[in-house]
Amino acid sequence: MTSPSDPGRLLAALPAQDGPAMARLRERLADQAQREGILDIAYRTLETPVGDLLLAATDEGLVKVAFAVQDHDAVLSHLAGSISPRILNAPRRLDEASRQIDEYFAGRRTRFDLPLDWRLSKGFRRAVLTHLRDIGYGRTESYAQVALAAGSPRAVRAVGTACATNPLPVVVPCHRVVRSDGTAGQYAGGAEAKHFLLNLETAA
Amino acid sequence: MRRPFEQIVTEYGPMVLRVCRAVLGPHDAEDAWSETFLSAIKAYPDLPPEANVEAWLVTIAHRKAIDVTRAAARRPTPVETLPDRPARTGRPEDWDGDLWQALKALPARQRQAVAYHYLAGLPYKDIAALLGGTADAARRAAADGIKTLRTTYPGDPVDTEQKEVAR
Repeated sequence: MTSPSDPGRLLAALPAQDGPAMARLRERLADQAQREGILDIAYRTLETPVGDLLLAATDEGLVKVAFAVQDHDAVLSHLAGSISPRILNAPRRLDEASRQIDEYFAGRRTRFDLPLDWRLSKGFRRAVLTHLRDIGYGRTESYAQVALAAGSPRAVRAVGTACATNPLPVVVPCHRVVRSDGTAGQYAGGAEAKHFLLNLETAA
Repeated sequence: MRRPFEQIVTEYGPMVLRVCRAVLGPHDAEDAWSETFLSAIKAYPDLPPEANVEAWLVTIAHRKAIDVTRAAARRPTPVETLPDRPARTGRPEDWDGDLWQALKALPARQRQAVAYHYLAGLPYKDIAALLGGTADAARRAAADGIKTLRTTYPGDPVDTEQKEVAR
């Protein structure tokens, strides 16, 4: 209980929360930071049939795509530690990526044409993910086939890890890698999301 | 590990806006807020992890408010002689003109001490570091400011509370 003479209440006419002003100020901050080249990571969330996707981009390109089940807050914290804490919810940088992902889910796009920032993936994993872009829309390969294509036929498990840690799911199509017996296998966005994407691509 | 700056904006943005509004009034508060957070995001990666984020932001806001005040003083027509415009959104809840009139009439030091203590929650020793002088002097400045506001601000919460009780 605050007493009637609480000095804080004397200032109560100053709104503690002013949503419209904050929205305006956030937008202005994002624009200014972008212009000054200090917005290291811009992000937004995008509604899709497989749930809200987090999209994050550096100056170089799309750096991270994450499913809701991956916990967007945790992903942003991780980006703060691994790339930079200068992170703002600034949708404009993700306009083109959002448009292409929307088209993909609408069945109107079969490949992504976006600048990608690969810095979150290194070495063999990166070699695997780079190869994934050669697996065409609506097609699948087994983990063993991908291992072979990546030049390490025995590294089947490592291919599984590379797919599981793909920083750019959907855009870099790790969902097109399935088990040798034809079942879908694991997916960062959950098995259901993987089925959805595979069905989407075979239906189109 | 440092939190994403977006979280800093969410958590402290509204507080800094209140402070800027109380110190500068409705015209210049948003410019000061923008300058504060632009400067803060620039310096953020170098902020020591154990730093008090609130005090850090208020320190930046304090300096930016001084810059904004100086810039205002350089304008051809002093801002004091302009009629008070409503907030840019035109919503009455954005700003209580009576409160600003009362705050504006205070010496700057008292206005700052009131805002930094009662809106930002800074202890008087931190406020003293910003304003110069001792913690006791900062405490007195805030107390004097509040005392004056009680007599000059018609929206005194004692009245409001009594009205609420009477309902």
